[in-house]
Amino acid sequence: MSFLEYAPAPESRAILNLRDRYGLFIDGEFVDGRGTPFQTISPSTEERIAEIANANEADVADAVAAARRAYDRIWSRMSGRDRGKYLFRIARLVQERSRELAVAESLDNGKPIKESRDVDVPLVAAWFFYYAGWADKLDHAGLGANPRALGVAAQVIPWNFPLLMLAWKIAPALAAGNTVVLKPAETTPLTALIFAEILQQADLPPGVVNIITGAGDTGAALVQAEGVDKVAFTGSTAVGRAIAKQIAGTDKKATLELGGKAANIVFDDAPIDQAIEGIVNGIFFNQGHVCCAGSRLLVQENIHDEVVERLKLRLSTLRLGDPLDKNTDIGAINSKEQLERIRTLSDVGVAEGAERWSAPCEIPENGFWYAPTIFTNVQTSSRIAREEIFGPVLSVLTFRTPAEAIAKANNTPYGLSAGIWTDKGSRILAVADQLRAGVIWANTFNRFDPSSPFGGYKESGYGREGGRHGLAAYLSPAPIGQTALTAGRGAAKPRLETSKAASGDLETAAARPPRSTRTRSAKATTKGSKK
Amino acid sequence: MSGTSLVTARERALAVLGGEPDDATLGRYLHGIAGVDAVGLEQRAASLATRSIKTSSKQWALDKIITLIDLTTLEGADTPGKVRSLVAKAMTPDPSDATTPRVAAVCVYGDMVPYAIDALGAAHGDPDDGLISVAAVATAFPSGRSSLEIKLADTAEAVAAGADEIDMVIDRGAFLAGRYGEVFDQIAAVKEACRRPDGTSASLKVILETGELVTYDNVRRASWLSILAGGDFIKTSTGKVQPAATLPVTLLMLEVVRDWHLMTGQRIGVKPAGGIRASKDAIRYLVTVAETVGEEWLVPHLFRFGASSLLNDVLLQRQKMATGHYSGPDYVTID
Repeated sequence: MSFLEYAPAPESRAILNLRDRYGLFIDGEFVDGRGTPFQTISPSTEERIAEIANANEADVADAVAAARRAYDRIWSRMSGRDRGKYLFRIARLVQERSRELAVAESLDNGKPIKESRDVDVPLVAAWFFYYAGWADKLDHAGLGANPRALGVAAQVIPWNFPLLMLAWKIAPALAAGNTVVLKPAETTPLTALIFAEILQQADLPPGVVNIITGAGDTGAALVQAEGVDKVAFTGSTAVGRAIAKQIAGTDKKATLELGGKAANIVFDDAPIDQAIEGIVNGIFFNQGHVCCAGSRLLVQENIHDEVVERLKLRLSTLRLGDPLDKNTDIGAINSKEQLERIRTLSDVGVAEGAERWSAPCEIPENGFWYAPTIFTNVQTSSRIAREEIFGPVLSVLTFRTPAEAIAKANNTPYGLSAGIWTDKGSRILAVADQLRAGVIWANTFNRFDPSSPFGGYKESGYGREGGRHGLAAYLSPAPIGQTALTAGRGAAKPRLETSKAASGDLETAAARPPRSTRTRSAKATTKGSKK
Repeated sequence: MSGTSLVTARERALAVLGGEPDDATLGRYLHGIAGVDAVGLEQRAASLATRSIKTSSKQWALDKIITLIDLTTLEGADTPGKVRSLVAKAMTPDPSDATTPRVAAVCVYGDMVPYAIDALGAAHGDPDDGLISVAAVATAFPSGRSSLEIKLADTAEAVAAGADEIDMVIDRGAFLAGRYGEVFDQIAAVKEACRRPDGTSASLKVILETGELVTYDNVRRASWLSILAGGDFIKTSTGKVQPAATLPVTLLMLEVVRDWHLMTGQRIGVKPAGGIRASKDAIRYLVTVAETVGEEWLVPHLFRFGASSLLNDVLLQRQKMATGHYSGPDYVTID
């Protein structure tokens, strides 16, 4: 028997309590959608998970109206401290239900459970905790005293990190005092809908967060909907461009976090074993479905052969298979369409003369899979060195001098992220200074933290998410003349009585413990009495 | 278990270094090796530690761990009686279960070697054949602060008494002061002292005492230096200095061994020692070995655990797997 064929260690699905059908989450309740519902499947088995409602334009309008009502009547009038309480509560509930969320994420998205468990879900909680702390400190967000919320935020998120992207969007929006209509990707709506249940559990006032499901047309309707003040989108550059056109000429503000073709630059004095790990983590993390993935490896020519050799050895130890197995390193490709795209671009790579090498791994019969692949002999003009593949495919290029490395790294319409590997600190600073990318990692890759702003240059989008900058994207400065003393935060037409009444009610509501805690303390009492 | 020939070791070192192994040549070579990024190394070790080893794999791993243990007693208070008790435990780790494999070796101070050999009787031999080796620590263990003559005499005495393996310590002082040539020469001389009159040689484990080298860069250089000088094994620690064996340090040493194998085709052993007490931790080491250098390294002449209390925890886990419930410390024997 081979030890390396570790016996199966599947995470149990029993923790999931899924419904057979999910509606739209509007105004605090699940309601039926008026479009044709669709099925969400598990990409690793193609097995159906649940039926998901489809929001048509009328549903979108309802959701936006609910968000507007919640904004006018409740959320914009609530004190930052109370908004913070809700966010802290959500963060704690995410932690409490972390295992369930991780299993659901891996099931619906295809990513390995070790990533959803150790990266995605902990970061989701971290994001809510971080922005919960900001909610009553907006005066320090860099916009002067009393910055105002923008109003209703329409948020459209991708399928690669379904729950994490939700957190990146919702947490700062709520902390800043906005209300939200969010649309998850149609292939990965599951965790957003479980998150809606968490919002109910947290007693978040109805309408503050609305989650509507559907495909691209639902997203387009949401972005264009009347009453939306802010659009936040993460996804492909093509869709981002379309959104920018749609909202041009309106007073909607936008942040767009789009594609990337990041250069991961390895100098010959790099800590080689860690660089290999970093390259693997840079492109094979989440099957390469990462907008900031290090998909272009730039290796100093004198160590090219050694790096490629070591990379192949390392890739041969990656374990591809059941996303719910705790030992899986590479999960399933999220959808058939994406798999087709990866295949097409890889074939283009071969046709253009690059050399393809794929890790030897057994591909399961059902589901969508692509073995970790590296291309050597890639030229800067190759399509696989220019276009975002969004899959586990690495293009290896070489350079001879730091200047050449910088030139090649910057020679892309994108500019989301980059990596530098060298033992020389001064070189890290010098190179980082000249790279045109929003995020630069030195001797590491794909590390995220809520306090660190994230976003792109050029066609990788505009605006920043995370940190103080991410908060500012949901705020505008107080109008001149209205100062700290008088301004009611974000309220377009201050209605004093309503405001008082509403905030009074909510003071009490927010002071109540969330449902789960209450259940838990009830249980504790029962236990105690048994003794 | 026998060590590799000294002549080839020296020739190989000269070929790799391209010159005499003096401070300058060694310094140039060792400092030319790519550095280690501590954060990245620790991250990799942590990710290997998340492997979930269940059912049949766990069963295999527990038995494998036993066959890789150097059951150790290294105390000032050691007596022939204590050593006999240790040997009995080594031969029959779990009297309640005859399927329990034997450990690889017993590890004792040099003067205890005759008692260990005597107690082992017919069970004394090569662990690759299911027998038990006797390993002796030598060279003024654990500090190594003594003259070369005394270190060599210490070694020769243990080998003459019948030790199959010698666990030597490097001169950390000399290493940290950059006197690499001196460290090299000492290892090479001890290797020479491992030779028996019949021309065979005791296997040499070189203890780096990573807790005193402190940085990963030092550990990597000391690993290369020890291998170049002819060590058959590189070993993390004496167990007398904290921190002793850690997963990142062991991973790093395995990477060196892997690179040496790629370069020369020669397989060097690795022995983490000290501080590994739980089966769970030991399984993480097995995973790290298998995923870094490959499964073929999980044999007694290429990987060992230097441990004493680990064995009983493994036995408890074995019993749990067999019976479905945990027993307790009274159901395994103390040695």
